Amino acid sequence: MAIDWLAKLRHFLQVLAFCLAIAAIQIAFLPSRAYGPTTTYSLLIGSVTWAVIDLGRNLFPSSAETGWPKGPAGVALVCSGIVAGYLVGTAMGDALCLYYGWIPPGAVRDSSEQRTSILITVLAGIAGTYYFYSANKSAYLERQMAQARRQSSEAQLKLLQSQLEPHMLFNTLANLRVLIGSDPSRAQQMLDHVIAYLRATLNASRTPTHTLQAEFDRLRDYLELMAIRMGPRLAYTLLLPPELAQQQVPTLLLQPLVENSIQHGLEPKVDGGEVVVRARRDGKSLVLQVEDTGVGTAQAPPSGQGFGLTQVRERLSTLYGTAAALNFLAADGKGACATVHMPAQA
Amino acid sequence: MNAQRPSALIAEDEPLLALSLQQELARAWPELHIAATVGDGDSAVRDALALQPDVLFFDIRMPGRSGLDAAAELAEEWPEGTPFPALVFVTAYDQYAVQAFETQAIDYIVKPVQPARLQKTVAKLRELLARRQPGGAGLEATLDQLRNLLTVAPGAPAQALLKVLQVSVGSSIRMVPIEDVLFFEAADKYVRVLTAGHEYLLRTPLRELLPQLDAQAFWQVHRGTVVRAGAIDSVQRDEIGKLQLQLRGHREKLPVSRLYAYRFKAM
Repeated sequence: MAIDWLAKLRHFLQVLAFCLAIAAIQIAFLPSRAYGPTTTYSLLIGSVTWAVIDLGRNLFPSSAETGWPKGPAGVALVCSGIVAGYLVGTAMGDALCLYYGWIPPGAVRDSSEQRTSILITVLAGIAGTYYFYSANKSAYLERQMAQARRQSSEAQLKLLQSQLEPHMLFNTLANLRVLIGSDPSRAQQMLDHVIAYLRATLNASRTPTHTLQAEFDRLRDYLELMAIRMGPRLAYTLLLPPELAQQQVPTLLLQPLVENSIQHGLEPKVDGGEVVVRARRDGKSLVLQVEDTGVGTAQAPPSGQGFGLTQVRERLSTLYGTAAALNFLAADGKGACATVHMPAQA
Repeated sequence: MNAQRPSALIAEDEPLLALSLQQELARAWPELHIAATVGDGDSAVRDALALQPDVLFFDIRMPGRSGLDAAAELAEEWPEGTPFPALVFVTAYDQYAVQAFETQAIDYIVKPVQPARLQKTVAKLRELLARRQPGGAGLEATLDQLRNLLTVAPGAPAQALLKVLQVSVGSSIRMVPIEDVLFFEAADKYVRVLTAGHEYLLRTPLRELLPQLDAQAFWQVHRGTVVRAGAIDSVQRDEIGKLQLQLRGHREKLPVSRLYAYRFKAM
């Protein structure tokens, strides 16, 4: 990982300010202390502690969340930083004070003063470490939140884009325009399907689940639209056993699968073909299947993981975890079959 | 071809839209004779070659071959000495930004077809047909624009250039430096890669490979062939007027399609 030197400099300056504050407090409460030596010791101890901890943590594998080493390594680093800061900082301070004649040669520090210094060093070290640790952690959390927000709005946008795909929309409108002139009653029927399809698409984010009956009704709207457009090239069958009609399913879960069947299976095929959507119960699970007689894999997106499949998988895993699954089978020239297994209600 | 009545071919996979275009055309251009209406790209090429209409209306998204591919294929197969038909693309959604080419050889209309817009297209087509000269004129301009349309196909973000091809040979992966490649040739789902001494098969389709090749060094010369320009020794014209490439260190001759023949002119 590259070291961000600007951030280190910022940390160092913050540490220096903190040290000056500590020195100021000491002088305020213990007026007997001389200004020069107190500030010198404070700055030196603080700087060494900072150097050991802040620069030292780059030598350890750090957690991505906080940028700090985890567990014992982190504790050991902070402890050794404080000890080294106290010992080295005090030694350097002694040398400097001797050099400037602020303390007489051979002076012995009395033990109560030493204890106070140690206490101040430890408390300040812990406080400083805690400050930087939580600053890093909250910065990380903020980044995470921003990313999550971005991802969720991207997913929503993509979903909407795929459902209101311009080709679909304008071709449908073009068909409507023709029917209005040639067959007004069929135009009305088609318009009703368009309205139901648009309403369901736009509502999908607000109503997370609906009944399997509603799901099949929306699929019928879509397939009916496509049947008008594709003419004899599209045949479809929807098989919903009445006892499963009231099962709750995620809204428009099967829509991307049916769309895939049409877009990648039947549209590229000169003769077209058939889409069959089935629901059945298998013990405790609900099995939903979208099968087509299209071109199979030949026209599937090169990655093999089209947006539709990924999106259905992600929805299933957020809602049901490992209790649900999507299997996709396709054979060249023999069509494709997508099967969803998910928990059924009693 | 009919000297008095111009003829047209419509390629549109949605039956209602084909019918509607036919009706709108009957209103906007009564003397136009619709020679045929087909529903897929392959039939479009076949019927256009057989009927030789004056105008082609091609839907871009069609089963089989897309409208763009069908037009390219047609330009390839079109007999020398006959004027190439005026081409109009019909699209529901203008993803190819065809308007950038509006003043040129190929026109476009968006669906649903607006009578006023179709009127403009018809006026342009009439003018084009009126000043069309006998011979192969018109083909060059059409080829230029087709080439542009085919290269600006959407969904191809800039990609890093390949330096080494990783080819699986048996159970191992062989690293083939890109500068060793003589040419790439699409073969079914694979791409044949030829070097001076070897032949490899890649599973990546040519159209995915193409954006990763240096366009200066590797030239597309045919729908399914991309050649390293430095490996070309000479270009010859065969007895039926088609260009053939002779490579250095390879006996096989490679045909150049009309679409890419513009690359081979003496300096």
